[in-house]
Amino acid sequence: MTLLVDTWTVFRRYFAKSLSSVPYMGVSLAQPVLYLVLFAPLLKSVSSVPGFPGGGAYNVFVPGLLVQLGLFSATSGGWALIAEVKAGVIERLRVTPASRVALLLGRTLRDVAMLIVQAGLIVIAAVPFGLSIRLPGVLLAFVLMALIALLMASISYAAALLLRDENTFGAIVFSATLPVLLLSGVLLPMTLAPAWLQDVSAFNPLLYAVEAQRALFANQIGDVNVVKGFVAIGGLAAITVVAASRSFGRAVA
Amino acid sequence: MAGIDLDVEQAEIFGFLGPNGAGKTTTLRMLSTLLPPSAGEATVAGCDVRRQPQRVREHIGYVGQAGGTDHSVTGRDELVFQGRLYHLSSRRSRQRAAELLAAFDLEGVADRTIGTYSGGQRRRLDIALGLVHRPDVLFLDEPTTGLDPQSRARMWDEVKSLRDAGTTIFLTTHYLEEADALCDRLAIIDRGRIVAQGTPDELKRAIAGDVITLGVQGNPALALNVLATQPFIRDHDPLAPDGDSVRVYVDHGETSMPTIFRVLERSGVVLKTVSMSRPSLDDVFLRQTGRSLREEAA
Repeated sequence: MTLLVDTWTVFRRYFAKSLSSVPYMGVSLAQPVLYLVLFAPLLKSVSSVPGFPGGGAYNVFVPGLLVQLGLFSATSGGWALIAEVKAGVIERLRVTPASRVALLLGRTLRDVAMLIVQAGLIVIAAVPFGLSIRLPGVLLAFVLMALIALLMASISYAAALLLRDENTFGAIVFSATLPVLLLSGVLLPMTLAPAWLQDVSAFNPLLYAVEAQRALFANQIGDVNVVKGFVAIGGLAAITVVAASRSFGRAVA
Repeated sequence: MAGIDLDVEQAEIFGFLGPNGAGKTTTLRMLSTLLPPSAGEATVAGCDVRRQPQRVREHIGYVGQAGGTDHSVTGRDELVFQGRLYHLSSRRSRQRAAELLAAFDLEGVADRTIGTYSGGQRRRLDIALGLVHRPDVLFLDEPTTGLDPQSRARMWDEVKSLRDAGTTIFLTTHYLEEADALCDRLAIIDRGRIVAQGTPDELKRAIAGDVITLGVQGNPALALNVLATQPFIRDHDPLAPDGDSVRVYVDHGETSMPTIFRVLERSGVVLKTVSMSRPSLDDVFLRQTGRSLREEAA
């Protein structure tokens, strides 16, 4: 009970903080739309290449874009956390009787909520371009999206608590996200890749997320890729949430 | 920490005085459940720090050195949020925030973001945040560091009135004047060890009546040897390796001084300077550690 109440308290504070920051809201909402406008036309001309999945360029690109959004936006949480550790905010929160798990979970759920808003905006904006959406596939796609956000935010917070330094954190985030992104088939489908690259990408959980998202946007709910995606992302999210909460409970500024 | 042992009474201001890196903040963190104690027992507000951290948290307020406010949030929002974390109802949190804003003279800036506050206002808000749940014990880590003299004096008044209202205050400081003027009792801490403990007056009285510092030309070691054999010299500091000053402790400085001059002149010691002072807490620190706190802080 305390856990739920405290999580709600922490969530509300951070959500209100995000909403009240006009530049933050502006950038985080404009960014995905920019991707859509600038990158999708490029993809349209490659979609006729042999090996490119069917279903139309937007139904291939938008699901991937959502996963990429999850990857990028969640990492920013770590930066904010490092700043709060340095300002003594985390120390202040940890002296209160509030649940340690709630202190982390509340802010993680804020990240999830922000991501859902961004993702919703992309999907709505992509429909006029030619994205076809059908229920219940899209709804499940959003559930998977929330799990991806939970996973990424937890990794980001755990790394931030471990590193305690914006510069190191930044360097690691930048060097880790690029290969993860390329090997997930977000930008170009892995079906276009040579065999050895496909083998490497089989170790990337986000590949399964992307494939699951594409199946869901095609409303193929029973597809084996959907099951794989939920198992991979859901399982990892559960592990990382627990790990991040534990390191938050131990964190010493 | 090298092992410390202390008792703090209810409704007193207890100070931890020591140089940076002495272990003051570490001790405070252990007592406020932020760090697991490396060994030993601690009871805060009747609760065991190691076994009942959750109950300790309900009874204490902690104000860290950095303060811990988010500068993009308003003071009122921080106070209400803090109240909610202490499980006050939403209504009660708002009420309590309003009370504290009034008590700490922050009503005028309550709905501005904390980034716009002056140093004194920010520090008063930090303390208000520590008091939202009316704790029995309040920990203050360096409460006046970085404040101008006026804000510091005001902070002292706030802390004293909290004590008068029954709150136990446990603070750290590296300011001698602060320890002297504010604390009811204090412990001097150095390198993780408590070197002296008591009221400021007791500590000062314990070392000697007066301190006489002599600047010696040529041979300070000789001067010290000569003086050390005199019966009226109660104590002396070891000679600094390359210093030329000798410090001795006597009961009555006024009557001892002429004798000191006579004895030294007979042994051929030439004096450059002489000064006499009532002992300060710095003398207590110097006596116990061989180093001056003023030099450490500089």
